[in-house]
Amino acid sequence: MATVLTVTSGKGGVGKTTTTANLAVALALGGQKVVCIDGDIGLRNLDVVLGLENRIVYDIVDVVEGRCRLRQAMIRDKRLPELFLIPAAQTRDKSAISPSDMVRVCDELRPEFDWILIDSPAGIERGFRNAIAPADICLVVTNPEVSSVRDADRIVGLIEAEEKGPARLIINRLNINLVKRGDMLTADDILELLAIELLGIVPEDENVIISTNRGQPVALDGQKSRAGQAYQNIARRLRGEKVPFINLEEKNDFFSRLFRFNRSGGA
Amino acid sequence: MVNDKRMLVQIKGVKDGLLVTLGEGSWPDLRASLFQHIAEREAFFKGAKLTLDVGNQIIHAADMGSLRDQLSEIGVTLWAVLSNSPTTEQTAQMMGIGTRISTPRPERSIRPLDTNLTNGEPAILVQRTLRSGFKISYQGHVVVLGDVNPGAEIIAGGNVIVWGRLRGVVHAGAEGNEKAVVCALEMEPTQLRIGGQIAVTPKKKGKSQPEMASINNGQVIAEPWNVRER
Repeated sequence: MATVLTVTSGKGGVGKTTTTANLAVALALGGQKVVCIDGDIGLRNLDVVLGLENRIVYDIVDVVEGRCRLRQAMIRDKRLPELFLIPAAQTRDKSAISPSDMVRVCDELRPEFDWILIDSPAGIERGFRNAIAPADICLVVTNPEVSSVRDADRIVGLIEAEEKGPARLIINRLNINLVKRGDMLTADDILELLAIELLGIVPEDENVIISTNRGQPVALDGQKSRAGQAYQNIARRLRGEKVPFINLEEKNDFFSRLFRFNRSGGA
Repeated sequence: MVNDKRMLVQIKGVKDGLLVTLGEGSWPDLRASLFQHIAEREAFFKGAKLTLDVGNQIIHAADMGSLRDQLSEIGVTLWAVLSNSPTTEQTAQMMGIGTRISTPRPERSIRPLDTNLTNGEPAILVQRTLRSGFKISYQGHVVVLGDVNPGAEIIAGGNVIVWGRLRGVVHAGAEGNEKAVVCALEMEPTQLRIGGQIAVTPKKKGKSQPEMASINNGQVIAEPWNVRER
């Protein structure tokens, strides 16, 4: 029986779609059967990030309105045969489907999969309600900046009110150098305000942008990038493993070692 | 029995839309009866703002949520839920559904409670963290066991006590009582109002301590709560 996981944030542009794509890839790499649903009808992106855009024939609105069977709308990822995508319609809007449609679609998918990941649109309106209606777990993505954390707080409150809580948190795009200089909110600052369980921290990483543009989520390359590593750790935590948080402070490349050596030598 | 179902529901037009009064019966019956009514007069209900008087029924969040979603699918907005049960009322408030007619939709506000206290003043106890978007307005005192996050609002006729971090907007003595006070374990409100006075907290450094804010010589002043002096 699948667990339905909804990725949401309130604010736009914090990395919901990137997180959904990478978690789906990381879970599928771990041998899980995963289906992603793009909840952002009218502004679909998940297909692009996963690199499956050119294979869309039917979408979720076609399923709900009975123009195709659920199977026909599911796109199988060629790189990972256990990963599927149900894309959103681009020519419609959020009112094309309802929360109970989403519950129905997910109930139909549940017996066949281990995970159903739903990418929520930004905002707190219909699209958000559609996305959280079938959720077993809600993941709130936030960036370490005041406006994004404020919206996350509102979203956590709404999730609690719908009795879908407690939400779990992913802090995305944390820039270690800015935190060190005291110019960025730290993970502790965010946790103090939101007071929910932290599932993972994804460091700022230019590989994410490169891979997003190519439709090749960073998690596909596993341990090569820090962000990819972070997503894989989050996926393992979702499966109930205890994975220690990566120490983002420690940079063990040649230059920083040399730098430390010089300093200690000089003192 | 099927035909009798319709008797469970009464509908009348009010200023704010349609007022639907549910009779006695089990929730699934009442719900079915409501939808039967709507199905029979679809055009009449389409686009309507619905106020539902549920009497003594206790409706849980999941039921209310699904009712709201199902109504919205057929073009009916669940505008308000009137209830004698505080549980149902709170559920409605948490979902941003109104609990009274003829008022602007009170988003997440807690309705003044009738208290029979002859001595002392009425107060409400809020045992949760108030997150962004939550609003509490009450004519008496408000006591919060939890944090008040930025973006949350408390408007009280009396005093406001926050056993936690106060970071949102708070207005004590909202009906003009300049003697009202605001207490918090950590006092960092976005904005603090007492009576007609408005204050903004200066940026603080170092460890914060419990403080009490009140009006002193026409100005809002926050002072550390020193246990030994009291």
